[in-house]
Formats: sequence, structure tokens, C-alpha cells
Amino acid sequence: MTFPGLFNYWVAIALMMIGFYVVIAQENLVKKVVGLNIFQVSVFVFYISISKVKGGSAPILSDGIELYANPLPHVLILTAIVVGVATMALALALVVRIQDAYGTVEEDEIREREESS
Amino acid sequence: MIAGHLPVLLVVLPLMAAPVCVLLRRPAWAWTVAALASWGAFVAAIGLLLQVLDGGPISYPIGGWAAPWGIEYRLDMAGAFVAVIVSAIGAIVVPYARASIEREVAADRIYLFYCMYLLCLAGLLGITATGDAFNLFVFLEIASLSSYVMIALAQDRRALTAAYRYLIMGTIGATFYLIGVGLMYMMTGTLNMADLALRLPAVAETRTILAALAFLTVGICLKLALFPLHLWLPNAYTYAPSAVSAFLAATATKVAVYVLIRVYFTIFANVDVFETMFLREVLMALAVLAMLSASAIAVFQTNIKRMLAYSSLAQIGYMVLGINFATLTGLTGGIIHLFNHALMKGALFMAVGCVVFRLQAANLDTIEGLGRRMPATMAAFVVGGLSLIGVPLTVGFVSKWTLVLAAIELNMWSIVVAIVGSSLLAIAYVWRVVEISFFKPTPEGAPAIAEAPLSMLIPTWLLAGACLWFGIDASTTLSVARASAAFLLGGAP
Repeated sequence: MTFPGLFNYWVAIALMMIGFYVVIAQENLVKKVVGLNIFQVSVFVFYISISKVKGGSAPILSDGIELYANPLPHVLILTAIVVGVATMALALALVVRIQDAYGTVEEDEIREREESS
Repeated sequence: MIAGHLPVLLVVLPLMAAPVCVLLRRPAWAWTVAALASWGAFVAAIGLLLQVLDGGPISYPIGGWAAPWGIEYRLDMAGAFVAVIVSAIGAIVVPYARASIEREVAADRIYLFYCMYLLCLAGLLGITATGDAFNLFVFLEIASLSSYVMIALAQDRRALTAAYRYLIMGTIGATFYLIGVGLMYMMTGTLNMADLALRLPAVAETRTILAALAFLTVGICLKLALFPLHLWLPNAYTYAPSAVSAFLAATATKVAVYVLIRVYFTIFANVDVFETMFLREVLMALAVLAMLSASAIAVFQTNIKRMLAYSSLAQIGYMVLGINFATLTGLTGGIIHLFNHALMKGALFMAVGCVVFRLQAANLDTIEGLGRRMPATMAAFVVGGLSLIGVPLTVGFVSKWTLVLAAIELNMWSIVVAIVGSSLLAIAYVWRVVEISFFKPTPEGAPAIAEAPLSMLIPTWLLAGACLWFGIDASTTLSVARASAAFLLGGAP
């Protein structure tokens, strides 16, 4: 087996698990958002890896090239990136408003202030 | 001419009206646009259902690109049925929202609310119309992102944390769905649902497809808040503005249930999904747990909106149970409960919204004697509550009866006991509200309050009336639900 092999898939899964772990384990709301972003990006990497065709060129029409990579996943991921950016923007906007309302972005402190009020 | 383009108009109408709301800015104008667009979508959905009843499934290639390369909109009976209930709730909530939102959302943000409302409606209707697995993901995220915003628009700061938590869990759910679609694309090279159904059996036994099925199931169950993936739901429904709670409770989780139906009975139509990986046992156990535990938790809530949110979780258990039976009667029960629960939960949340409108809060200790001060509102609540319990002559009875019949057909007596047990718990939590509001004396010094304005009462009673109407004469809804179930079980479309 040549070096790359399933390398991309391993990376995608590693990123996925790292991101997922950060989302679950972190108490800081901003760090959670970062974890969520890593989690989403791992899926993008996964999709792009699917589209690779062995020996295929970039999917741009030109003379003398017979074999192209599959362009569809790239297009799908462009859409998914837009969705991801919108999610990040909204999540961060919510964090800003949570900071305004509670004066903190730590989950445990928010819970404390909730109970004391 | 227009009739041929209804599948896309259903989605485009609210989608295009949403930015118009932002441009107009004036709350009254934004409201008018939202009302026109949502009623237009409702008319389109009715037209589509009639077309489907008349001539079978409709296929609409977007931009003239033929499936499976282009995106296909495909409406069969189940899709059109869900589109009708979603757009009906959408159309009924808009007139209700006018007074309610004015009270609960800051004045300079009202036009934004209507923009988000229309986007959410467009996303939910898009899910029912699309025949493309990836397109479904995009609509799912349009609907989810706009509902996070709508929840966060409430004045209570706890709405912000609720929206944040919903965002995190919802995004994880959607991303899981995306992974599942990617894995299926890897093995079949197609995203069109009908095409996937034809190609999946050949590769169904591979580990990739099994992983895809697992990711799809968990992702969608996060979105539909199946126990124990429900943690986002109670707070989101409790702290959202009342009109938003009514709209989301009646539509968002229902559409997620519809997605689950689509995945199991359209995409995996030719594969026996329930026999793989103990899916039937796991889903059934979770559905029963949801029915019993969520109902039990609901009994101990003092905030009525939170109580209704937990009751929603239990009702989702019923729907998943119906899907899980995978028999004609079972699936019919799941689909008709989807429709009926949208009616009753819409009516209940709207009635509570009327109480919040007058009292600013809907807790058990603030509603003492309310039945005499706001009789029309509380009467609507009672009708919705009876429906939730499943009293004959209400819609709840029709769907629970169908589910019980399905369980008896399969000789699953323990499931019958669970359905009845959960209904008994429903009596407990509905009765507490009825008892306190009707049989307790009005406390001295309680503010003299009038009935809620007619603009809120009429929509509430429209839904409460529908609960009775379709409970007394269930032949239409039952026959449509049965036809959808038969079509879904009949194999690939």
C-alpha cells in the first residue's frame, strides 16, 4: 500500500473525534463553538476525500485529459461550508448576547447565576 | 400553468417573502407579508395534496435538470400530507403571533422575527417536498438556524442559553446526517432518494452502509428529540416566545419524524432496516422509555410550557413507536399521530400563550381560578388536554387507538400497556392544570384580567376545533394516512 492510502479518512475521523470531544467536554461556550467547527470541518475533509479518483485530474475541462476527479462533492461541500459559516456566526452572536446577559461565558458560572437569581 | 409549478412555489413563496420583511422593516407591513406568504403556501400545499390524491406522486425537476443529476422535488402522499399540516399551522400561527409577539419581542426586532419565521417555514416545507438527500440537509439547516434565532428573540435571558444548547445539539444532529449521506454517496454515487433506494440493496451488507444507517438514525433522532437525545427541547420550548413554542412544537419535531420515515421507508425501502443492528429493539425501547419517563417528568413540572414540552417528548415516543412497527396499521398510526399531535400541541401552546399574554407567566400558582376569568382560553386548553389524554371524540383517541390496534396485531401486549400507562400519566398532568384553573377560588387581590384578544383566541379555537372535528370524523385523515403508509410500505417509489 502506498503512503497516502486511507490517510485522509484517518485524519477526518481523528478531527471528528477531537471536535466532538471538545464540544462535550468544554465548559467555555466559545471553546464549544470551536470544537463544533472542527467537527464540521472534519466532515468536509471526508467529503473531499470521497471525490478523489486515482490518477484523475482536477475537474476542469481541457484537452488531452480523460480522467477527472468527481466534482459533485466539492459543490456539495461549498454549500455545507456556507451552512457551517452561518452556524458559526449565529453561535458566536449568541455567545456575545449570553456574555451581555450573564457577564460570563463559562457554563458552570451561568448555572450558578441562574440558580442564585 | 401555475399548478405544474406548485411543488417549488410551496418553498419559494416563503423563502422570497422573508427578505421582503427585512426590507419593509415596519412591523405591520412585515406581518402582512408573512400572512400573505404563509397562507399562499397553505393554499399551494392543499393544491398539491389534491393533485397527489388525484394522480399519484408528483415529480418536479428543479431548473429542468432531470433526476438523478438535478435536484428533484418529489411529493407523494406522505410528503403532501405533512406539507399540509405544516403550512396550516404556519398560516394559523401568523395571525396569532401579531399580538403575542408585540408583547414578547422587542419592538425593533419584530420584523426580524417575521423574516425568521418565513425562513423556518420555507425550510420545513422544503424538507417535505425534496427528493434529494443532500438538499434535505440544506433545508434542515435553514429551518434549524432560523428556529435558533426565533428562540433567542425572547426577552428572558434563559432563552439565550436554551437557543445555544439547541444550536450545539442541532448542529451535531445535522452533521451526523451529513456524514450518513456522504457514506451512502460513497457506495452508490447518487443523492436522489429514489435512485438510492434502487442501488442500496446491492451494498446493504457493507460496513459503510451500516455506519451510514447508524449516523442517519442518531442524527435525525437528535433533531426529533427522541429520549435520551432530547436535552435541548424542554428549555427551548419553555423560554421561546409563545407563538414560537406553538409553531415549533407543532411543526419542527414533526418534520424531523417525517425525515425518519423518509430515510427508513424511501431511501432504505428495499433493505430490511429494522432487522439490522437491533434497530427495531433499540428504537422500540427508547420510544417506550420516552413515553413513560417524559410523561412522568411532566407530572412534576410547575411551569405549564415546560410541562407541555415534556409531554411533547412523550408524544414523539408514540410516533417513533408507530414507525417502528413497520406494519400498515403501525405506520398509519405514526403518521396520523404526527398530524393529530400537531393540532393538539398547537392548540395547547397557543392557549398557554394567551395566558402568558395576560399574566406574563404561566405557572401553576398563577393560574388559580383562571377558568372563570379567561373561560374561552382555558376551555381550549381543556380540549387540547383531553386530546392529549386520548379521550374519545378527540383526535388523540383516533391515533392512540390506531397504535394500540397495531400493537395488538403484532401481539405486543406490553406495548399496549405502555401506551395506556403513558395516557394515564397524561391524565395526571392535564388534570392538575384543569383542577387549579377551574376548581380553585380566585386568590384575593388577583389582577382583574380580561379574556385574550380575539386575534389570539380565534386561531387557538381554530386548532382546538380541528382537534374535535378530526376526532369526530376521522375518515379523511385516516384514509390519507393509511394511503401514505401503504405507499411507503409498497417499496421503492
